[in-house]
Amino acid sequence: MFELYQSQRAMRAMRKAAMQRGVVAVLDVGTSKIACLVLRFDGADHLSNLDGIGSLAGQSGFRVIGAASTKSRGVKFGEISAMQETERAIRTAVQAAQKMAQIRVDHVIACFSGAGPRSYGLDGRIDLQDNMVTEQDVASVLASCDVPAYGEGREVLHAHPVNFALDNRSGLADPRGQMGQQLACDMHMLTVDANVVANLAHCIKRCDLELAGIANSAYVSGLAALVEDELELGAACIDMGGGSTSLSIFMKKHMIYADSVRMGGDHVTGDISMALQVPTANAERIKTFYGGVHATGIDDREMIEVGGETGDWEHDRRTVSRAELIGIIRPRVEEILEEARSRLDAAGFEHLPSQKIVLTGAGSQIPGLDTLASRILGQQVRLGRPMRVHGLPQATTGPGFSAAVGMCLFATRPQDECWDFDLPVNNPRMKSIGRAVRWFKANW
Amino acid sequence: MRSIRAVREKPKAEKQRCEPAPSRLSYRYERLMLTPVFRFGVRIVLPFAVAALGTTIWFSDQDHRDQVNMAIDDLRTSIVERPEFLVKAMSIEGASPSVADDIREILPVDFPVSSFDLDIDAMKMTVDGLSPVKSSSLRVKPGGVLQVNVVERNPVILWRMNDGLHLVDAEGYVVAESTQRDLHPNLPIMAGEGADTQTTEALQLMQAAGPLRERMRGLVRVGERRWDLVLDRDQRIMLPEWGAVQALERVVALSQVQEMLQRDLSVVDMRLGDRPTIRIAKRSVEAWWRIRDIRVGQE
Repeated sequence: MFELYQSQRAMRAMRKAAMQRGVVAVLDVGTSKIACLVLRFDGADHLSNLDGIGSLAGQSGFRVIGAASTKSRGVKFGEISAMQETERAIRTAVQAAQKMAQIRVDHVIACFSGAGPRSYGLDGRIDLQDNMVTEQDVASVLASCDVPAYGEGREVLHAHPVNFALDNRSGLADPRGQMGQQLACDMHMLTVDANVVANLAHCIKRCDLELAGIANSAYVSGLAALVEDELELGAACIDMGGGSTSLSIFMKKHMIYADSVRMGGDHVTGDISMALQVPTANAERIKTFYGGVHATGIDDREMIEVGGETGDWEHDRRTVSRAELIGIIRPRVEEILEEARSRLDAAGFEHLPSQKIVLTGAGSQIPGLDTLASRILGQQVRLGRPMRVHGLPQATTGPGFSAAVGMCLFATRPQDECWDFDLPVNNPRMKSIGRAVRWFKANW
Repeated sequence: MRSIRAVREKPKAEKQRCEPAPSRLSYRYERLMLTPVFRFGVRIVLPFAVAALGTTIWFSDQDHRDQVNMAIDDLRTSIVERPEFLVKAMSIEGASPSVADDIREILPVDFPVSSFDLDIDAMKMTVDGLSPVKSSSLRVKPGGVLQVNVVERNPVILWRMNDGLHLVDAEGYVVAESTQRDLHPNLPIMAGEGADTQTTEALQLMQAAGPLRERMRGLVRVGERRWDLVLDRDQRIMLPEWGAVQALERVVALSQVQEMLQRDLSVVDMRLGDRPTIRIAKRSVEAWWRIRDIRVGQE
């Protein structure tokens, strides 16, 4: 059984080793497609030495040298439902990306959207023994956070220290070395279903790959689709995927909330398929070619060949107007957006200073979605595409690849997680030695 | 009526709808091939090793080796024996008939021969080894002619030894033997062990002798060290080891001014530069003694 929490540190070490070796793959296991990017790290960012050129949000140190995506199989709601099929799909994507990169990759960082992510805000507080905050103190304040009972069969996927407070000063990003009496921290913890993660890990292991990290796709697509000031001032990212719509709220460059709605583009396709009595493939094609959410006058006259292969001529030669199609699509999209709205409301998004909402994911490409979304989600809605990274092929720059691109950023500029800090020493003997050392320091 | 049993065969369309994916084996194979070390091994080391092994095994058989050697030989022969490369004759330039005969005799060439089989360098060494030949050049001229250009040594002096007369050129090489002095009336003569090593000095002395030329019998190398100039009437000029030419010039000057050599001297000894000595012939000494005695007797 894959123990996520225990292996997080090992995965972090493996990720560092892979970056040292220079090549790592990122894998976005989605419901409708599986994307694989192969990254090559150039080592020290040579650009940052030059005056006036920043490190471009951290992505200058790597380059995408292989990219491939394939139709996903055996994944439902962002969770693996048929492992053999998913394994085959992962193999396809990884092999194609490897072939393009002309290099073998052994380490892979994966993300997925399902598994029912649940956010928890934790806080901890300790009195400092020394007046200066050390790394040990940070570790012990993180360890002092009282963890709620998140339930049997669930695992912590992310645990980000979001905010530190020293005495009455809050909003510290890094309290180390500062003076104070009492250190407090806020931590955002994301738990997911343990079995889903274990399935994914097993699936990747069966592909002869080493899992070097795992992330929630809501988090990583937020990293890719939000621009820097949105990350800083607070924004929500809604990643409209195939099987699930995941949403994350960022504030001060930290994710403070993530959730997912188990509805997505596949449900729209299903609706079309059911309403028009056509196969899923046809429905998908009709959706991508003619889909929309705002019917206009001309849409009544634009007739769409429905197609089909039943053999019944009358049945296969039916046509529907685009207005009818929009009439099928729109309620489902509204439902998804309203569900997302309710999740945001539950998270208290309206209390944030900035109400920016960024829609990304392949589902956000429906024409007219921004108008519809601004009716439901509020005025500050924009469609987001992933930020540009070096070497990314044109075909993979669409909004559907936000999560994959975000994984690159996640790999290159990882955020501190609580397991990156050494566990505090609670040995009484060590404590007394520490006290002796302190006494010497104070008196000599 | 519908069959109760399930349909055994799956429809074909369902099989085709299966998404393409690499099999586990091909996936692993491709990953293996993308491993740099393995790829290097498969693409370079393995073919090289196989080729080397195959060649070694094949060549380990004596018959195969002979076969290959024969094939190479045949190929070489077919190229070498083309008429374009055949050398049919030899022409010798710049050599006297006897030397030309000698050259023809010592060059082991049976015409016609391919120009590939001619070892021009060795032949040149052989020709240069002939004593009358100063230098030579050999080349194959278009038209299949082996051209031998020879520069002969020019004898400038005769060297008399116990075993006879030798013709010596200016560099001291013995060119040929001579039977008779009369055959070379123009050449001066020298004698003594090691005279051939100092031919240049000998020639300079000849030059310096100037007016004594008619009276000169020859040069004698004494003790492989210094020269004696021998004149007629048994006169002998003993020259020093160093500065022989200058010493001779002094003697010539003296003889011109004082007619020294016309007198009855047997030896002019110039071996010590600051103390030239003359020896009067025995007969004259005795005559002089007699005259002195007569004079003494009168008194």
